[in-house]
Amino acid sequence: MVSSQDQGEPSLLSVRGLTKLFGTFAACDGIDLDIAPGEIHALLGENGAGKSTLVKMLFGVLQPTAGQILWQGQPVSIASPGQARSLGIGMVFQHFSLFEALTVGENIALSLDPKISLSRISDEAASLSKTYGLPLDPKMHVADLSVGERQRIEIVRALLQNPKLIILDEPTSVLTPQEADRLFETLFKLKAEGRSVLYISHRLDEVQRICDRATVLRHGKVTGVCDPRQETPASLARMMVGSDVAAVHREDLGTPGEVLLDVRSISFAPRTPFAVSLKNVSLNVRAGEVLAIAGVAGNGQGELFDVLSGEYPVADHDAIKIRGTSVGHTRINGRRLLGAGFVPEERHGHAAVAQMPLSDNLLLARAHSDRKAFLSGGFAKVIRHGAVRNAAARICQAMDVRKSGDDPAAGSLSGGNLQKFIVGRELDRQPAVLIVNQPTWGVDAGAASRIRQALIDLAKSGSAVVVISQDLDEIFEVATSIAVISEGKLSDAYPAGTLSLERIGLLMGGIHDSTQNTSHEASKAGEAAHAH
Amino acid sequence: MRIELERRARASTAFAAISPLLALVLTLFFGGLMFWLMGKDPVATLHTFFIEPLFDVWSLHELVIKAAPLILIAVGLAICFRSNNWNIGAEGQFTMGAITGSILPVLMPEWHSPLLLPAMLIMGILGGALYAGVPALLKTRFNTNEILTSLMLVYIAQLFLDWLVRGPWRDPQGYNFPKTISFAPEAILPELLDSGRAHWAAVFAIVAAVALWFMMRFMLKGFEVSVLGQAERAGRFAGFSSKKMVWFALMLSGGLAGLAGISEVSGSIGHLQPSISPGYGFTAIIVAFLGRLNPIGIIASGLVLALTYLGGEAAQLSIGISDKVSRVFQGLLLFFVLSCDTLILYRIRLVFSGNKTEAGA
Repeated sequence: MVSSQDQGEPSLLSVRGLTKLFGTFAACDGIDLDIAPGEIHALLGENGAGKSTLVKMLFGVLQPTAGQILWQGQPVSIASPGQARSLGIGMVFQHFSLFEALTVGENIALSLDPKISLSRISDEAASLSKTYGLPLDPKMHVADLSVGERQRIEIVRALLQNPKLIILDEPTSVLTPQEADRLFETLFKLKAEGRSVLYISHRLDEVQRICDRATVLRHGKVTGVCDPRQETPASLARMMVGSDVAAVHREDLGTPGEVLLDVRSISFAPRTPFAVSLKNVSLNVRAGEVLAIAGVAGNGQGELFDVLSGEYPVADHDAIKIRGTSVGHTRINGRRLLGAGFVPEERHGHAAVAQMPLSDNLLLARAHSDRKAFLSGGFAKVIRHGAVRNAAARICQAMDVRKSGDDPAAGSLSGGNLQKFIVGRELDRQPAVLIVNQPTWGVDAGAASRIRQALIDLAKSGSAVVVISQDLDEIFEVATSIAVISEGKLSDAYPAGTLSLERIGLLMGGIHDSTQNTSHEASKAGEAAHAH
Repeated sequence: MRIELERRARASTAFAAISPLLALVLTLFFGGLMFWLMGKDPVATLHTFFIEPLFDVWSLHELVIKAAPLILIAVGLAICFRSNNWNIGAEGQFTMGAITGSILPVLMPEWHSPLLLPAMLIMGILGGALYAGVPALLKTRFNTNEILTSLMLVYIAQLFLDWLVRGPWRDPQGYNFPKTISFAPEAILPELLDSGRAHWAAVFAIVAAVALWFMMRFMLKGFEVSVLGQAERAGRFAGFSSKKMVWFALMLSGGLAGLAGISEVSGSIGHLQPSISPGYGFTAIIVAFLGRLNPIGIIASGLVLALTYLGGEAAQLSIGISDKVSRVFQGLLLFFVLSCDTLILYRIRLVFSGNKTEAGA
């Protein structure tokens, strides 16, 4: 497809036939892309579609195997991020590269010419952040800032170089709806100044709301260039996924049964200086229930998971009960024996060891709970590799995990496929209680809908499921009840139907208006934050 | 032009296999170059160093005697390194094992019993393991760096041995030489064959290597070692304790080093003296890496490193160069092994500067 800009004004950035090969695998295969001055251009695609590879080539992190990049009509080869910046390309990565122990100003200075004085940078950063509606105090320590504020640092850092093109990688995946709205205002201001934005996302509603044009990638190829406002979410998703995305089926889950997971007022001090403390967290989940815990990243979700999984036991043995048994002191394998399953947020290095094959990664979670099937030789605990491999193959088939070879290293799978395996590993033993942290973080639409369906099916079969997630669409899809975590405090759980998006957004911001003492505490916390 | 290391999409199996051989070839080349610069004929010298010892029954026995402690220590270190614990103090655990194993034959020379030798070996293992337990305790309790603590404990052990043989344990009939009394025949590790001095330590080494290979390959304990070594957090998720692993890894490697120590004293030396090791505990680190941290590979690399000791002695005798040359070879080998291993994960790319100016336009 040829865009209209080609005839009229020249493109700011054009890409022709850009290809990147890793071995024989084409991560990007002959990609054409045109970004006009002053437009917000969306780059849409599932995970593994080649978005990151393309963007890394544009920013000089990777070198293309073939093809051409034209900057304002001139062919260029971008050898390094420094060169990309000097051309006028700025980038805000999905994962921030900030030093938590340094201040905002120091972090910004690190990416600039070392000769410029810190105070000048701070002044410029402060005035820039005011102009673009990105409130930031250069003297604050990064560790004390929310994820949204940290993102602002990255944006200001990019803006200080006065770029003509700003690339944003999944910027709203970590923001509350209100924070996202504020980001959009900033983007519109940048657009009004004639700067271009390349906006990478898989959130269709946002793309439709703010983007002028969209380029859709699939399997490393461009499958469509369109005006997202003229499309429906379904037609965009079709371009991304290739076939229609299966809608998640959630019939009435029936009346919930007995309480399978009961947590009573846990408090947990932070283990590291940058961790969040849990404050008086209580929850209970019944058979057939899916409790979703919403919240912006870094508000205690990881800590809550650690405590629920038993990786870090709590002092009060009776504070956590699984199927009526007290497990506060019990470690993760003891809790697994009671029928609990766990899916951590971080796939690499927590839920799985990237260098190890899938069968070993199956053993990782189930060596203890399935020792009769997977181990022999009594005390020597000899691994029955054959049985483990068969079970891994069974899980791959059940969850449609796409992989190369029989038993590949976990790290060679795409995020979505590895996540399907990690979830499937727990579902395979029909856990009575399943606790999942960010089940579809960075996972493509196809895999995400499969995982969500599996969670609902598990609850339907009589298990209690806890889903900790930042993705509100996901929460509304799977939850029977919703609670919100903010600054280590958990709100009451509300039936899913009774909460509006705005209400959750407010709770995520830390305003607990619920009942009695919680509101009091929240306002105190609010004051403390302001005083800081 | 500049040279860049570019990360490979996946680890190269070809380079994983040939990297140790490539390192060996490079070591020989630069070793030859060193001899040439010293004014010696490089080919003849390398021949004396590495080939001649292999054609003599006596020196083959010596080769086995030197390879045994290297293999015994290195297989333990391999497990330790795989679990991401860095025991650099095997030399100290070797020394401590030799001391504790010698308590019975030195202090109770009148005790003649078939149980004496097994008791000595067990005490040697315990001594090495407990001495390695010191850095384990410091690491698990105070989060100290085991590289530093285990290394410093080497010198403490060596000075302790020095004090013992010059002081309380000195042989009264030894003409004031710093050594203990000679062990009774029951306290001597028997020879394996009639043809030479090689003794039972070689058997211990092979058994330890095969047993640990089996553990790493087939047992849950080996899986635990690998998981905790590669991703501690994933290990916690699997219910493994990284603290217990610190104890296990250090005490296992310390125990094997202790066994090597008492075997060396009992089998090869026959008494305690200030110096009982030509640096086996440090050389074993090279052996472990050259053997790819794989117990079976370590059997082969242990023989290679033992050859550098023998070659050094041979070169000193017949060509008249210092036996410190064997240390040079060991250093070269470790250097090339580690640098060749880079090629498993990276490829070398030459970037020509022309490319850069064009890009800058």
